[in-house]
Amino acid sequence: MMSDSLNDPRLGFRGWLLTDTPTSRFHARCVAFYSGWLKFRSNTMAMVGLMILILLVLIAAFAPWIAPHDPLAQDLAGRLKPPLSEGHLLGTDSLGRDILSRLIYGSRITLYIVTLVALIAPIVGLLVGTVAGYAGGIVDAVLMRLTDIFLAFPRLVLALAFVAALGAGIENAVLAISITAWPPYARLARAETLTIRNSDYIAAIRLQGAGPMRIITKHIWPLCISSLIVRVTLDMAGVILTAAGLGFLGLGAQPPSPEWGAMVAEGRRFILDHWWVATMPGLAIFIVSLAFNLLGDGLRDVLDPKDAG
Amino acid sequence: MALAENRGAGRHRLPRFQRILWKIARVLGSVVITMLGLMFITFIIGRVMPVDPVLAVVGERATNEVYQQVYHDMGLDRPLLVQFGYYIWDVLHGDFGMSLLNARPVAEDIRRVFPATFELATLGVLFGVVIGVPLGVMAAVKRGSWIDQTARVVALIGYSMPIFWLGLMGLLIFYGILNWVGGPGRLDIIWEGMVPERTGMILLDSLLAGNWDVFKNAFSHIILPASILGYYSMAYISRMTRSFMLEQLSAEYITTARVKGLPERRVIWKHAFGNIRVQLITVIALSYANLLEGAVLTETIFAWPGLGSYITTALLSADMNAVLGGTVVVGLIFVLLNIFSDLLYQVFDPRAK
Repeated sequence: MMSDSLNDPRLGFRGWLLTDTPTSRFHARCVAFYSGWLKFRSNTMAMVGLMILILLVLIAAFAPWIAPHDPLAQDLAGRLKPPLSEGHLLGTDSLGRDILSRLIYGSRITLYIVTLVALIAPIVGLLVGTVAGYAGGIVDAVLMRLTDIFLAFPRLVLALAFVAALGAGIENAVLAISITAWPPYARLARAETLTIRNSDYIAAIRLQGAGPMRIITKHIWPLCISSLIVRVTLDMAGVILTAAGLGFLGLGAQPPSPEWGAMVAEGRRFILDHWWVATMPGLAIFIVSLAFNLLGDGLRDVLDPKDAG
Repeated sequence: MALAENRGAGRHRLPRFQRILWKIARVLGSVVITMLGLMFITFIIGRVMPVDPVLAVVGERATNEVYQQVYHDMGLDRPLLVQFGYYIWDVLHGDFGMSLLNARPVAEDIRRVFPATFELATLGVLFGVVIGVPLGVMAAVKRGSWIDQTARVVALIGYSMPIFWLGLMGLLIFYGILNWVGGPGRLDIIWEGMVPERTGMILLDSLLAGNWDVFKNAFSHIILPASILGYYSMAYISRMTRSFMLEQLSAEYITTARVKGLPERRVIWKHAFGNIRVQLITVIALSYANLLEGAVLTETIFAWPGLGSYITTALLSADMNAVLGGTVVVGLIFVLLNIFSDLLYQVFDPRAK
């Protein structure tokens, strides 16, 4: 199946990836992906965002090897040491725990929350949105009204109310954030579905006898994915901020777990005398959500050029 | 489908006034449905909550008969839908139940704390408009210049910065180190209770009482939380202003105006800006609604006795009636502001069909 261009010594693999005459479906996909990557790569800020996130994943994966100390080990003799003191690059907190190690382990919690929300919310939204858009009529009206009701709350306040009902904890925070995060995806998926639904090729597939299930899952979902991915990446910054906010209010991860928002809350008591305890985790939250924003902007330019600007 | 289109066409022939009335009626209908749904969600949240409301009233040591009696009195033995009906009835009468914490009506508590949030959010949005709109216009006019880049960075930071952290840093720098502003709270303790409470908004109350010292003190306390809240709406407003302006400036009527020799300032502020005013007002209304969210965290940081800290305090002490009451009020304000901006747009912007 490999094309001749791959064997052409003048072009090589790069030439195969850049050809304008793809020879197979897989080839065409590779070409589209590679040219998108080239465009993305030229966006410096987006690359910076991507690098930060890759670094974050690596840090989270190798936390036990990178962290200089046990994140939970207390050392009351060495409490509230300022940054750059011996053995503690970012200082220690009120129980003498090494802040750098806690930040490194905390990256796992952040990634855990972000990954789960990024899976749950868009999938629920995609389901609701495509079904509403394709079915139309009363189903559409009911589902969209439901979406509007969820959109009618400020997200943090609704998440607060849900956490209050479910109890504090990371899983419940994830659930609460997902419950508040799916409606925009549903709106987006519905809008995409409405434009696709009446296109000729869908009519052709329908004439061939495809049922609604097949049309939605095989022909509508794939076309919704790219705009959903952009939206997810842009939303992740907000998810991180909401999760950190819940943690800050004591409703997310519970102590002594090194969740960044909870760490800021803990440092809040000493903010005037020992500034670093609250400053460092806050910076970590800021950097990661900035990275998601940069990456999202870059992806939007590549995948969704119509909204760029 | 065809029927709906026919009806649509028929409506289109109605005189303008009736068309607007029809629009308003439709919007009101959707408000009612949204509000019912909103109350249903909070109602369900209140029902699945792990805290037993009966136990909270009768206490741990009540006998079974007392428990059953209260259970019955609270209507908990009735079907869920009937309970929901009673809940709506109560909310419509401004009754959110009693706070389990201080045994006062929640509605009264909310009325008491609301002015503090209103004062903070209003000042915040003012800050956002006064800085965000000119910044957005300049960024659009001088596209790609340093001012455009600055506006971009400012907005990016606004979208990425945890507001509670920014608040803490603000306190650290402007209160702890520089001592330029008042610390947490609305007033220093010595000024507390110096002016009679009329509106509940201290800035306004002190002006009404003519007490300049209290006003200055209150201002030094509100300026930091308000500008931090305002920073976020500024980020949003400046981005939206920029994109609205870019759209207008690329239109042909702008070229015409320039060719006619109008001064550039007039082209920008009178022609282009004049056309984005309605859009801008809807954006401002939306960012005002979004401030409610930021207010929850900001008020916690600055010990600001408003709706946000009321909800979080209630949350931490499992005072469910207070949490739900606060949530419904916030949701209501959110919906009303959204509807307001929507209506404004529909009625005043002839381009919206």
